Amino acid sequence: MRIALVGRPNCGKSTLFNQVAGYKADTGNFHGTTVTFTESKVRVAGQVIDLVDLPGTYLMSGSNPAEAVAKEYLASRAVDAVVNVADASHLAQSLELTLELLTVNQPLVLALNMMDEALRMGLKVDGPGLSRALGVPVLPLVASKGRGVRGLFLSALEAAHQTPGARLTPAATPQARHIQAQELAAQFVAPGARTLTWRDWLDDALLHPLWGYAALLLILLAFFQTVYGIGRLLEPPLLALFDLLTVRLTAGLGAQGLILALVVGIFQGVSAGVAIVLPYLLPFLLGLGVLEDIGYLPRVAFLMDSLMHRIGLHGKAIVPFILGYGCNVPAVMSTRTLEEPRDRFIAAALATLVPCAARLSVVFGLVAFYLGPLAALGLYVFNLFVIALTGRILSSLLPEDTPGLILEIPPYRTPTLKAVFNKAWFRIREFVVEAWPTLIAGSAVLALMNFFRISFLLNWLAWPFTWLMGLPFETGVPLLFGILRKELSLVMLGQALGSMNFGAVMTPTQLFTFTVFVVFYVPCVATLLMLRRELGTKGMLWITLITVIVALAAALLARFGLGWWLG
Amino acid sequence: MRLIEAGLGIDVRVIGFEGGAKFEERMLQHGLYPGDQARVVRFAPMRGPLLVEVAGREIALGRGVAQKIFVEALPCE
Repeated sequence: MRIALVGRPNCGKSTLFNQVAGYKADTGNFHGTTVTFTESKVRVAGQVIDLVDLPGTYLMSGSNPAEAVAKEYLASRAVDAVVNVADASHLAQSLELTLELLTVNQPLVLALNMMDEALRMGLKVDGPGLSRALGVPVLPLVASKGRGVRGLFLSALEAAHQTPGARLTPAATPQARHIQAQELAAQFVAPGARTLTWRDWLDDALLHPLWGYAALLLILLAFFQTVYGIGRLLEPPLLALFDLLTVRLTAGLGAQGLILALVVGIFQGVSAGVAIVLPYLLPFLLGLGVLEDIGYLPRVAFLMDSLMHRIGLHGKAIVPFILGYGCNVPAVMSTRTLEEPRDRFIAAALATLVPCAARLSVVFGLVAFYLGPLAALGLYVFNLFVIALTGRILSSLLPEDTPGLILEIPPYRTPTLKAVFNKAWFRIREFVVEAWPTLIAGSAVLALMNFFRISFLLNWLAWPFTWLMGLPFETGVPLLFGILRKELSLVMLGQALGSMNFGAVMTPTQLFTFTVFVVFYVPCVATLLMLRRELGTKGMLWITLITVIVALAAALLARFGLGWWLG
Repeated sequence: MRLIEAGLGIDVRVIGFEGGAKFEERMLQHGLYPGDQARVVRFAPMRGPLLVEVAGREIALGRGVAQKIFVEALPCE
């Protein structure tokens, strides 16, 4: 039994999907196209069914090849019933898609979601009347609170076993369907007095030309403080635990030599994954989920659109940047919300240049500690300047063909714990399943290379870079290990130089240049894997190349600029 | 006139789009059709986007987008 979910963006379809999505979710490509649908096995009313999440926008357009695929798929034998999720508070828009779906020869159930919101707006929806007019079952739903979910799926299961009855004949053109939908909505929705003035009141403050930005700054500050706070609290004991486990395990196995190196390498990969996921990724994704579900992120996009245009992107691309300061992995994931492949590429490339929490530790450990907090602040300002410049160059190389931002600003909603956790879990699983194993393998390989004393080979490999930047020959290994996890650049620098007092073995210019390079060059393995997932291997390689060029240029600028300035 | 020229809070009706079939398709996807009643509720600062209310929903439109939408003023009732 397979049921397909279809609905316009913002109708609450994902909320419904997350409410029921159960123990197994797959993504499938259909008919050799790049149209991807998410599928999940769910248990509803004692039955296991395959639930397919079908993007509704695919059905609304005319020339999109994805539309044909989506429609063909819906009509195929693979689907037993279609559930159309509609936003009851804005029924006219939702009904356009419903009218289109009436022509698909499949059992169809219409779910009127957000009934609570419609009620708050004073709307009275005549469900039975609408059901009679359309010729399909119509059910009320409040997906965010899980109300009506069971009834909806029971009705869908029932419909799947019956042949569809006589239905309303929809108009032929999108224009005519638009009018028809409006007429239907006018007929079956009794308007009430709009009582939602608090939204306007809140928007007056949060989208204000002055207070809006102040609020944005405060909200982001609170967000980062919380996430960093949790991260700082969790990371040290976690790493200490893994160190202890490594010691115990190697002692218990009586491991020596090669085995010992391998075990330590593998454990380093495992702990790198844990140290990224638990302390930073999880709080970040939870916080992001809350901001997303409240409806604040589109408002940030609205406020930041004009600034983002200066680096060749739209307001929506602000999200990867914000996230990048915590961890580049969710930052790259979030580029998915951008429509144009060009925008996704530029946003991902620039987001990987944003110094994440791990690179923050290098900046603090080297620049702030040895050269002072002002130098660290200077580095962050320099970083913003380099990102803006890179954005300008990239956007002039890849000219845009879209006119600009088109983004629905949804009403404020109360996030539900379940939806936020589900969303975070879905995103974390991608990291755990795809990036972590590679991280562990890479760590093991590096450990082996270190064991066979071919680290000098690594130094020679990095020599053209270290030579150009005027860095000690031995910094090659820490830089290469930094690709695994950015903090390793700092940790291994001590090992490589034979001293933890970096101020004694490196000049201020070398320290600054080294840190600048660490901030910009090749993103860590976890980010690289996420880049490959989102943009493909080619996109990942291009971004790697771009970051190396940017890092080298920025480091050379730092080396000679600072050298000249310090005399 | 173009949507960008419509004043804040003035009710207008969408009459058409400029910028080819692809642009029109995108507008239709976002639920903006010729004949729809619209109203600019807010302008973002620094030449930022416009917040437009269409049939109870609010959509943020970049200035480049608002430039390509033709509207007419609605007569007072």
